[in-house]
Formats: sequence, C-alpha cells, structure tokens
Amino acid sequence: MITLKNLTLSDGSETDIKIQGDRIVEMGKTSEAGTDCSGLIGLSGFVDPHAHLREPGFEASETVLSGSRAAAAGGYTAICAMANTEPVADSSSIVERILDLGVQANLCQVQPIGAVTKALAGLALSDIAMMAASRGQVTMFSDDGMCVYDENLMRQALIAVSAFGGVVAQHAQEPTMTIGSQMNAGSLATELGLKGWPAIAEEQIIARDAELAAETGSRLHVCHLTTAGGVEVVRWAKARGINITAEVTPHHLLLTEELVRSYDPMYKVNPPLRTSEDGKALLAGLVDGTIDMLGTDHAPHSGEKKDCEWQQAAFGMLGLESAASILHQVLIQSGAGDWKLFEKAISGAPAKLASLANQGSIQVGAEANITVFNPHETISVTDMTQSKSTNSPYVGFEFKGRVQHTIYKGNFTIFDRELKEDK
Amino acid sequence: MKHLVSIRDLNKQSAIALLDSAQQLTKVNERTVKNLPALRGKTVVNLFYENSTRTRISFEIAAARLSADVINFSAQASSTSKGESLKDTAQTLEALGAAAIVIRHPMSGAASSLANRGWISASVINAGDGHHEHPTQALLDALTVRQITQSGTDLTGIKVLIVGDIEHSRVARSNILLLSMLGAVVSVAGPVGLMPEGISDLGAKVFEDFDQALADKPDAVMMLRVQLERMLEDERFITGDYVNSWSLDQTRLKLLGKEAIIMHPGPMNRGLEISNEAANDPRSAVLRQVKNGLAVRMAVLHQVLSGEDLN
Repeated sequence: MITLKNLTLSDGSETDIKIQGDRIVEMGKTSEAGTDCSGLIGLSGFVDPHAHLREPGFEASETVLSGSRAAAAGGYTAICAMANTEPVADSSSIVERILDLGVQANLCQVQPIGAVTKALAGLALSDIAMMAASRGQVTMFSDDGMCVYDENLMRQALIAVSAFGGVVAQHAQEPTMTIGSQMNAGSLATELGLKGWPAIAEEQIIARDAELAAETGSRLHVCHLTTAGGVEVVRWAKARGINITAEVTPHHLLLTEELVRSYDPMYKVNPPLRTSEDGKALLAGLVDGTIDMLGTDHAPHSGEKKDCEWQQAAFGMLGLESAASILHQVLIQSGAGDWKLFEKAISGAPAKLASLANQGSIQVGAEANITVFNPHETISVTDMTQSKSTNSPYVGFEFKGRVQHTIYKGNFTIFDRELKEDK
Repeated sequence: MKHLVSIRDLNKQSAIALLDSAQQLTKVNERTVKNLPALRGKTVVNLFYENSTRTRISFEIAAARLSADVINFSAQASSTSKGESLKDTAQTLEALGAAAIVIRHPMSGAASSLANRGWISASVINAGDGHHEHPTQALLDALTVRQITQSGTDLTGIKVLIVGDIEHSRVARSNILLLSMLGAVVSVAGPVGLMPEGISDLGAKVFEDFDQALADKPDAVMMLRVQLERMLEDERFITGDYVNSWSLDQTRLKLLGKEAIIMHPGPMNRGLEISNEAANDPRSAVLRQVKNGLAVRMAVLHQVLSGEDLN
C-alpha cells in the first residue's frame, strides 16, 4: 500500500492519495502515514503518443526495457511505440511481441503502434484490422519517419481505422519537396549550405489529410507539428469540425534552427528545428487547444550515428527523460499556461488519442498511474540517461522542475528520482 | 586564430590583418629565394575528399614556402557503413603529427565538425566544404580587389557583382560575408532557380538580370564556374540559354567600366560562363587571383599555426 500525502493536484487542490493494489482507493485527507509530497504536484501519469523504442531490430540503440526505464524516469506511465522497427510492426505477431516485451519490463504500459503500410513502404496497407483485433489492441497506426504520401492509400487507411474507432497518425512531410533535406529551409540553410525542408511540405499534407478525414469521417492525428503555418491549418480544420488532433515535441517548443550553426548532429532531427516564430506559434497553439498534446518523438541512436558529419548523421534526439522539465519551462514558468493544461497535454489528451482508458486521470477507483512533479528543484542535464543511447541535445542545459516519483499500476517505478525495478 | 572554417571566424580587424600579411608575402613570392623558415618542423596535411588540383597545389606550395612538411591525403567521402569515418581519419593524421589539417570536403560543415567537435586539437583550415564556405578564396578575392582598386585597408564603397549558380557556390557565400564585412557593396545575379532563399539576409543585393546588374556599374565582376557535372544532370539547364543570359560575353564586356576587374575562381569554362575575350581581356585578374591565393594561404597557415600575423 502506498499513501501520498499533501499532494497538490492540477486544479490547485490539496489531497492525499491512498493506493491499494493497482487502484486508487481513497483521496482527500487520509489517516495513514505515507510519502510526504508537500509542495509537489500530483498529475495523472504521463502518456507519450510518440516514442521510438527500436526493438526489434536496433537493440544497440534502445530496447523496450531501456526505453521503459527512460519513460519511467521521465514520469511516463504509458508510451506508444512507433512502428519503424526491423521487422516493421505491420503484423499481429510483431505488435504482440512489442506488447509482451513491455509487460515483461513492467515499468510502464507499452502500447504498440501499427504501421499504416506494409514495411512502411507506402505501397499497400498493412493488416490494420488484424493488428486491431490482436492482443496488441492497436488503435493507432502510423508510418512515422515516412509520410503516407499516396492519397488513395491514406484515404483507405482512414476508412480502415474508422471501423473500430482507430486513428491514423501522420508524419506530415511531402516527400518530393524534401528529398535530401537537412534542416529548416530559409536564409540560415542557405548560409550553411544545407538543403532546406520548407514549411509548405508540412502544411500541404496536413491540409490534404484534413480533407480526407472530413470526407471519411475518420480520425486523424498529426505527429510533431513544427510550423506556424501548420498550426494555422490545424486550427482551420478544427474550426470546420474535422476530427483532428495534433502533437508538438518538447524540442520544437524549446530549440530553434540557430543551433544547427554548430553542425552538431545532436540537433539534427526530422522534422527539423524551426525558427523562434514557429516556436511561439506552436506554444500559442498548445495554449489555445489547437495543439492537443506533447509527444516526445524520443529517437535513440547509437553513438556512431551522431559522431560524424551532419549529412551522414541520423535524424532524431532523446526526449522521454527531459520532456516534462521542458514543458514546465515553456508552459508553467513562462506563465503561458497552468497545471491543468500541462496535465492535459502530457497525459489526458494522449491517453484519449491512444484509447488507453486506464491512463490519463486521477480518481478513486481508477488504476493508479500517477506522476509526482517537483517544480522547485533545478536539474543540470548530463549524458547520464536510462536510455541505451546518449543523443540528448540538452546536455549542459539546466531546467527547473523534475519528476520526483512515478507510480505505474500502484507501484513506484521511480521513487525520489531513483529507478525501482524490484517487483 | 586557431582555425579558419568560416568568414564568421573573422572580424573586420582580423580579416584586414590577414590581408596585410598576405600583401607582405606577395613580395616574398617575387624574390629569388622564396622560402621562409616560419613553420619549420610543423606538418600540414592536405586532406582532400574532392578533386581540386589548384587549391591543393596552392596550399601545398604555401606550406612549403613556410618550410612546413606537407602531406597530401586524398580520401573518399564514405557513408558510415563503409570506409573510415572523418573523425578516425583526422585522428590518425593527428597521431602522425599533423599540426594543421587543410580540408576540402563535399559536405557542408565537415570543416566545422573537424575544428569544433573535440575530435582533434590540430588547427583546421577550410579549403571548401560542400555549398557552405571557401574562406581562403574570399580572402584572395578581397586582396585582389583591394590591390587593383587601391582602396586602402578595407573595401568601403567598392561594388562587387557575383554572377552564376549562387545556390551551389561556397565561393559566393564566403565572398558575400567577407566583402560586405570589409565595406563593399555586394550584389549577386543568376538564374532564379539557382538563387537560394534568403541570400539577401547574408548581405547581398539580388539581381535577376545580368544586364541590369551591369548597369549598376560594378567595380568588379566575379564569374562563378558552371559546375558542368551538376548541370548536365539538371534538365532545367540549357547551355545556350545560360550563355545568352549569364555569360560575360563580348557585348557585356563592353558594358563593363574601363577600370572594372574581371574575376573567376577557376578553372574557367571558356565559352560558357566567361567568353574567351573576357578571359583574355587586360582587365582580367584571374592570374593575379592565383598569385594572391598563394600569399593568402601562407598568411592563414602562419596565423593559425603561430598565432601571429606575419608582417
């Protein structure tokens, strides 16, 4: 039994939370002694709609176990595992294997995402209905890393997922405009002599997909929105009543393309870091609800994939362990938003997106998935990480605010910032 | 100055100091005995991932004139899956005693990575990286313009026009940054499809028409080499159209001022971006550019390896 004492919830109220087994059994003032959480914020356990766990196929970079450790350390109680593994998660057997590896790790819920197209090749739909009916209970499908570019395939995918209330999560990148792209298009790309990735390549696909979602009546999710224009398109689609959600990454909220001047591939990511104006538009979109949630796009890469020339390096950066601290800085510390918005963005909205009914809320009777956040303590980011990879762009950064405890299914996975794996 | 990767590594003062050193060194290069003992015992490696006979030879002679030991190393830029990484190659060269590495590489940023990512402690001189920069070319161009216009220390008010494929030109980028830092008024002209987004933010005025650009009476016209190997793959490129619109031909030669300077980084495609007449014109400074290149590279090698300007 765990009792958390004197927690402050996202609505500002103070409470104790008593947990028995995997459930919250009592809230309010309790008589039990327990873990004092005075001054700490109690939030429903974080849910990441977008993580790359690299298993099967790229175990040198990350495994479901190491990714789960990183998730727990970052306050996550559920993570959605992207499909670009090797083999690709485009069949029941692979998604079930990923699910089972998550259950074995038992540090957070690992929800597999299924590929939209076979082998992410963009040529034929994968076995969407089979994956949905499998033990993996897949409801979210994505070719992330690749855009589902063929309009008819995208339409067919939206129709296929609508049969069971699923969602297609699109990596919005028009491929023909972005062949060989290395960074945000514009005067900095020109100066640095790197091939630009223009904003229109994102905006145009979102607009197209929104039309398809409207026509099919299906659900569309936009992965890692990065441009001011993209935010505008999502705002327009929502105003029309289209069933669309969108996510933003911590790095696109915090970092800008100026970092690429160093040619340090730690800042190489796809979609690329954009301008500070884009960052402001993304934050404004998150605050006004155009953007629903934070997605880490946690993308581990083994050392040699980054210790090379910019053009040779892999795209992607770690995200799970730093996401909450970054959201705290850009949303809470800046005064742009409050804890309710924080909790919705990092827990409630992604839980709903992935149809994880046991995640995303704190109430009596619910499964005990809780993250306790300490907004007072400052952390200096080092290359010490739970991930198997070290490609964090934040090494040397200081953030105020960090995860203190994580409780997954009634057990501490993180207690006082220490990983608890004895179960 | 530990490295010269980009014109951004210089300020106006340090750029002028390099030009002054190079000016002195042009006199040394006129002497019968041209060698100086300045870098005796130091090893300079020319690490070239692209073929470039003239730039490599220029650096090679520059280092030899300063009595450094010179090693030429030709390599292939490889994907990470095969061959040795840039980091390993550079560390190997440093272990063999390289005090400075002169690098030419097809990827933008390769020189910056070598200088700034903690791979090696040797000095790094960028001899051209992808479409990014070629700073010694810009320095030799600035020196050439300064000599011919006799404009004193900097280039205040001098109008320089750069013509051709701006998008893929590292020479253009380094020149825009350096010449405008020295007070010159820099313009670029070239096909609209080869004019990169935001080039004016670097400090260049953009002309979409060569004749209009010439009507602006530039003091120097820098013709960029058409990279035929790239252009022949580009279906938009039609040689006849390019010559009509962008070649410094006989008609345009007449529009140039009497004192104007004709420049080209070489090697020239005579009859393409530059007519035979223009290349042979008395106003052509192409060979002076080559001579100044030697002096500039000596000045840069001396500066990065000794920390001093040579005066």
